Amino acid sequence: MPVAYIPRTRELYNAYTPYRWVVNEEPPPWTPLKKPLAQCKVALMSSGGVLYRDQPRFHREDASYRLIPKNARRDELSVWHFGYPTKDAEKDPNCVFPLERMREFEAEGRIGELCDPAFTFMGGIYSARKVREELAPKIVEELRSRNVEAFYLVPA
Amino acid sequence: MCHQSVGLIAREVEAAGIPTLCMTSAYDITQAVNPPRAVFLNYPLGHQTGKPDDSANQRAIVLAALNAFEAISKPGTIVELPYVWDPNDRRWEETDYTPGFLPPRPKKAAADLAEQERRRRYTTANSG
Repeated sequence: MPVAYIPRTRELYNAYTPYRWVVNEEPPPWTPLKKPLAQCKVALMSSGGVLYRDQPRFHREDASYRLIPKNARRDELSVWHFGYPTKDAEKDPNCVFPLERMREFEAEGRIGELCDPAFTFMGGIYSARKVREELAPKIVEELRSRNVEAFYLVPA
Repeated sequence: MCHQSVGLIAREVEAAGIPTLCMTSAYDITQAVNPPRAVFLNYPLGHQTGKPDDSANQRAIVLAALNAFEAISKPGTIVELPYVWDPNDRRWEETDYTPGFLPPRPKKAAADLAEQERRRRYTTANSG
């Protein structure tokens, strides 16, 4: 049985007004894949707060994002996030940011090309408006300017 | 919250003409935000693409996600993966994201110090 995180969040933060989660009842937007992933340029994004080398950390309600070179080594990555226990991701960022696995799938031809860079942000942003209106349009621009054909997103 | 943010971005990117797939371990949050395509993995938060230092496990999960990306044809589909965190111990399902589950936030001074140390490591040596 999946864990019910909406009631758990309410309990964890019961000193505060209950959070109003986004509920989208209408069907989501839809763009079909035009070809198999083996022929697509694929971009990876994680909300796990992953940083590359000396990149600045994330702050509360921070809708900024970081560019992670696709050949980044594991010891060049660190994690800055307060919304989940980061111990395992600090040890192995692939738990929430599977860059090494995606490089392997590129080398093996399971995906056509892995976009350079990959993208990370700190997903614990309470303002849905901020995510939609500040962060998302910038990501759309990053992907468009690099002719990305498929986008794989991993929360944390 | 991460799950909501990721779902919101996926919807905007998809609306802009780029197909998306979201990983999720919070079924209810993802179902509410309703991204175009999602793959559910019943693991504790912070392991949405697998266990640490277990590349076989991570590979299987990411590969299943890529397969689902190509297979999903109905908007709003959430594909459930069969992987179990620990077949002999499901206690994490009782404790994940309950009071006491998150480590305390570091104080700003401690956080600043940690950040300075990290930045120094990469700027002075410059060798990684």
